[in-house]
Amino acid sequence: MSAPKPGSGPIRVTVRLFASYAEAAGLEAFDLSLAGGATAADALAEVRRRPWAARLPPSPAVAVNRRYAGGDVALEDGDEVAIIPPVAGG
Amino acid sequence: MSPWLTDRPIDVGQLLAEVASAGAGGTVAFLGTVRRSAEDGDIAAIEYSAYEEMAEGEFDRIVAEATARWPLARIALRHRVGLVPLGEASVAIVTAAPHRADAYAASRFLIEETKRRAPIWKKERFVSGQARWVEGQPGGG
Repeated sequence: MSAPKPGSGPIRVTVRLFASYAEAAGLEAFDLSLAGGATAADALAEVRRRPWAARLPPSPAVAVNRRYAGGDVALEDGDEVAIIPPVAGG
Repeated sequence: MSPWLTDRPIDVGQLLAEVASAGAGGTVAFLGTVRRSAEDGDIAAIEYSAYEEMAEGEFDRIVAEATARWPLARIALRHRVGLVPLGEASVAIVTAAPHRADAYAASRFLIEETKRRAPIWKKERFVSGQARWVEGQPGGG
């Protein structure tokens, strides 16, 4: 887990779930408190502590503020982090 | 709902009208339709769901990339969300260009990128009343 940046307070992000992940969790969105400087990977690690998260694959796709993002993307207070199940559009 | 998504049956005639121009020599219409196969079983419909706010931006990006590669092509695209009955189109992509090569190439690019990136999921709904999530592509963006 990345070290909190000195001087930055905790941040709050909204996690959004969809499709089979939302079904497994029994909810579509929830707020998460993270240390300042947290990354998308940190958010994912925090989500994995929940019992339903055992169903998540090792490296699910993640979107931050509605764009695909790597785990190293730094989060800011108020960000939207979505865990994206394997897509099946088209 | 974003310009790219619709919860109603897709009007292909409207999409053809959107791309029509005096300069178009070739127009390609692709429809992705809900089908039944021996492996899939007795499908009655497929229920599509989307991360709509992100799908809007992702389709914006996909269409912009196609326009950058085929600047002379005009593009119309609709993806349906909600319940799509057997035989009906879940996605329609219409491309028009001065020459058919570009219309075909842009059409192919658009459907492949849609399938690879669009945050959309599908749940098969069977005649029996059962339902099953379809395993998708993990790649995303």
